[in-house]
Amino acid sequence: MQAVKYARASSVEEAINLLREGGDTARPLAGGTDVIVQARERTRDISLFVDIKHIPELIGIEHSADGLTIGAATPCYQIYGDEQIQSDYPILVDSCSLIGGTAIQGRASLGGNLCNSSPAADGIPSLIVLEAQVEIAGPNGRRTVAVEDFCTAPGRNVLAAGEFVTKLSFPKPAGGSGARFLRFIPRNEMDIAVTNAATQLRLNGDGSVAWARVSIGAVAPTPLLVADAAAALVGQPLSEQTIAAAADASRAAANPITDMRGSIRQRVHLAGVLTERTIRQAAERAA
Amino acid sequence: MVTAQSPETEQYNVIGTRPIRPDGVDKVTGAAQYGADLQLPGMLAGRVLRSPHAHANIKSIDTSKAEALDGVLAVVVNADFPRAADQEVDTGEGSANLKWVLDNVIASDKVLYKGHAVAAVAATDHHIAEDALELIEVEYEVLTPVLDVRDAMVDGSPLLHDSLHTSELDGSKSDNASNTASHLQFTKGEIDAGFDEADVVIEREFETSMAHQGYIETHNGTAYWRADGTLDIYTSTQGAFPVRQQVSALMQLSESQVKVTPMEIGGGFGGKIPVYLEPLAALLSQKTGRPVKLTMNREEVLLATGPTSGTYMRVRMGAKRDGTITAAEVHLAFEAGAYPGSPVGAGAMCSLAPYDIPNQKIDGYDVVVNKPKTAAYRAPGAPQAEFATESVLNELAEELGLDPLEMRLSNASVEGNTTAAGMPFGVIGNVECMTAAQESPHWQSELEGPDRGRGVAQGFWFNIGFESSAYGQVNGDGKVSLVLGSTDIGGTRASIAMQMAETLGIPMDDVRPQVVDTASVGYTQVTGGSRTTFAGGWAAYECAMDIRKQMSQRAAQIWEVDEDAVEYGDDAIIRGPADEDGNAREIAFKDLAAQLPTSGGHIVGRADVNKTSSGPAFATHIVDVEVDRDTGKVEILRYTAVQDAGTAIHPAYVEGQMQGGVAQGVGMALNEEYYYDESGDLKNASLLDYRMPTALDLPMIETNIVEVPNPGHPYGVRGVGEVPIIPPAPAVRAAIANAIGVHMTELPMSPRAILEATTLGGD
Repeated sequence: MQAVKYARASSVEEAINLLREGGDTARPLAGGTDVIVQARERTRDISLFVDIKHIPELIGIEHSADGLTIGAATPCYQIYGDEQIQSDYPILVDSCSLIGGTAIQGRASLGGNLCNSSPAADGIPSLIVLEAQVEIAGPNGRRTVAVEDFCTAPGRNVLAAGEFVTKLSFPKPAGGSGARFLRFIPRNEMDIAVTNAATQLRLNGDGSVAWARVSIGAVAPTPLLVADAAAALVGQPLSEQTIAAAADASRAAANPITDMRGSIRQRVHLAGVLTERTIRQAAERAA
Repeated sequence: MVTAQSPETEQYNVIGTRPIRPDGVDKVTGAAQYGADLQLPGMLAGRVLRSPHAHANIKSIDTSKAEALDGVLAVVVNADFPRAADQEVDTGEGSANLKWVLDNVIASDKVLYKGHAVAAVAATDHHIAEDALELIEVEYEVLTPVLDVRDAMVDGSPLLHDSLHTSELDGSKSDNASNTASHLQFTKGEIDAGFDEADVVIEREFETSMAHQGYIETHNGTAYWRADGTLDIYTSTQGAFPVRQQVSALMQLSESQVKVTPMEIGGGFGGKIPVYLEPLAALLSQKTGRPVKLTMNREEVLLATGPTSGTYMRVRMGAKRDGTITAAEVHLAFEAGAYPGSPVGAGAMCSLAPYDIPNQKIDGYDVVVNKPKTAAYRAPGAPQAEFATESVLNELAEELGLDPLEMRLSNASVEGNTTAAGMPFGVIGNVECMTAAQESPHWQSELEGPDRGRGVAQGFWFNIGFESSAYGQVNGDGKVSLVLGSTDIGGTRASIAMQMAETLGIPMDDVRPQVVDTASVGYTQVTGGSRTTFAGGWAAYECAMDIRKQMSQRAAQIWEVDEDAVEYGDDAIIRGPADEDGNAREIAFKDLAAQLPTSGGHIVGRADVNKTSSGPAFATHIVDVEVDRDTGKVEILRYTAVQDAGTAIHPAYVEGQMQGGVAQGVGMALNEEYYYDESGDLKNASLLDYRMPTALDLPMIETNIVEVPNPGHPYGVRGVGEVPIIPPAPAVRAAIANAIGVHMTELPMSPRAILEATTLGGD
């Protein structure tokens, strides 16, 4: 562990100032379940932690007629413990209850999961299919980015120096919608995805697909929005054939590496398997 | 769980019951002192610099910048150690060349695996020591690594050791240097004639990965080199006396100059027998005059401490149509890691031991590769070797259309048989385990559902005896302080104290066991080889018999009667002849204990036993699995472990050993592997990516203790710790084959491996 300083911000403005003063090696701290480990293992050069989880607007869950807003530092357990999220956004429960283990979920946040920008992040595919918008604050003011445009490479994203994520906003799912996130790991817990996938879809009264969004993870430098998979579904009845076509699209989009967690062919194959399974289970939730 | 005593232990008062372990409260409250908890006045923190390369010559090491860093008090390298002569040192489970032992602790001219220690630093705190590592400049000449056992055996392979020549079967050494350290062979009968008699012959090749013991407590070692030249070591070890032997040899001290205190231990499974940090701490302490503590993190444990061997194995087995096995040929090539000494010999001796096969030929090769030096791991060598033989036996049964348990029963080793290694069997529970498995509710049940399958396998392990000591002081309150040298890993304070209580006829709670340092008890071998309850229990029995004798003597003295006329009863009543008035002379143990201080002093019993015999262990396991054909993932649905314990002293701890062995065996079967890239970099050196099963990956493991008492032990004990790790992998393989019709040829049978064997095809 390197020697680090710690500062607690009580407002977004204060955090911006602290990060500016801290320079290149200052780092926002929310749950700390990634960045503290990185500092400890000396994989990231950090001299100052600016604790942002005591900023009121960064913690909490707000439901409105338009949709849902989650403070970026809100811990996972609050998200999967929220009754309205459980009924309207169960895919967030899928993701938040898989990130780390129970103890980690007491601290870890979706904002942190997004900013860590791992290709295998268990939160990001769900955010992508839910069409989340990411609000960013920084020295040049606030801006909003679509979540699928947020990550740029493994561990990298669009945040400029001194910027951090303040909140995630989600449109209200239309009636007849359902969404599901699944990951494949060799064990049943405490593991990182070999491949993961999320699907949100809306069914018409006749059972055909009115709208869909499919995302796959751990198969490319960033989690992917697979437009071709959605296109294979929309306007079609949810048949074996259309599901298989969507899975083909995911396999085609996947561009993974071979490492200790999985091989290229295994991950491409799993991208198809998980796409099929999330489509079927999202449809069950839509019904 | 049954809590009543078994029919075999009903004759006893204490043995066969399930008392709470004496060390339990301290462990569950966190009061127990582990090596990392130790704080000594003036203590320094040490860190180790490790090689980034798997195979390289060390051209130079410059420690001057690190030594100049504020807060750094000493830096040591291999050249700072006293020169070890070319001698053998007893390392607890076997012996090893002392130069190689030292070179594994800290590299001399070459680094032989990624993570190999190169230098060690002592500083006023851990962070400064870590900063200092970055200031040590090492110049390497990187060499091609040798990462696969078969590649290593090929002529022309890069050599790890220019001085290593193969020890051949006739005892000669090969002319050319080689990575193959030795070739061993066991034969029986006429192998070719045996295969001629067979109606069906099956031959299979297998590859298995290195696997780590995965003890939760990482290694630690604290040393204080005192001003009078004596050395105190505090460490997490399975054997304080073997640490004393290794450290004294490496530091060129006499054994009596070194005192080793075994701290509480958070698991070992064989991996906490070699020394890693202790000699480094000792030299750093000698240089600084202060106590020095070193601890490893998880990455260091996986990179640089001993796993069990990866292997290449080939088995050919032939049988008649009725299932009689006529011949078996076994070829075992084991990775030793960076220095010779894989457990291939033990694997070879165990490989066919459960069966009386008339014609056998077993070859074993011990081969060095650029991976960490292997260490003992629960039944060392047997899980691999018996995975190969049990798997081929299962396929033979399948081919012949025979029930795999029936086929095993018809070939089973029984009393009077001798293995190919020349080991004669006395009273053993091989058949009894198979029969109990057949009668189990699990085997009797129907398995239903798609992609589900059932498998079975047998396991054998020798167990060992060797030296253990015990002292027991009878206190005035009627309780006995029992002093032991065995690190308590699996509840041995309890299992040894129970045997003393049984012998004395007193309650378990009246025996107070303590584990002490090497200066405070007689020589005691490692807690390993499933020997501790066997040999430690025997020492406690002999110690208790000594106490019985002295208590009888004391009663005779008080009563002024002839010693021979006094008898110590199993009910802990000491009885003498009737007095002049015809009244019985008798006194309870507790009452006599109260009189000891005033009737001549306290009584101390002692025993040192050294047993070359042991009680062989057998196990039969049954497993049901479900395979997800889309992902290759195997779910364990149900698991039953049957095992002969001889006598189960504390049945709950026997069950715990059986379940723990199954958990580790299933880990080796399904996911645990050392994943190297082509440069020899271990890519999964963390418990995130080195995937041991968690509680969520296993069902409740059903246990069935068979008791065929070992006639070679006062209470019939056999060892129980090791054999349960052997059957899981072949049983799971058979279950997978039963579920999806695919016979896997490698361990682990990970989702990736299963997909490649099915839908994806090979790489």
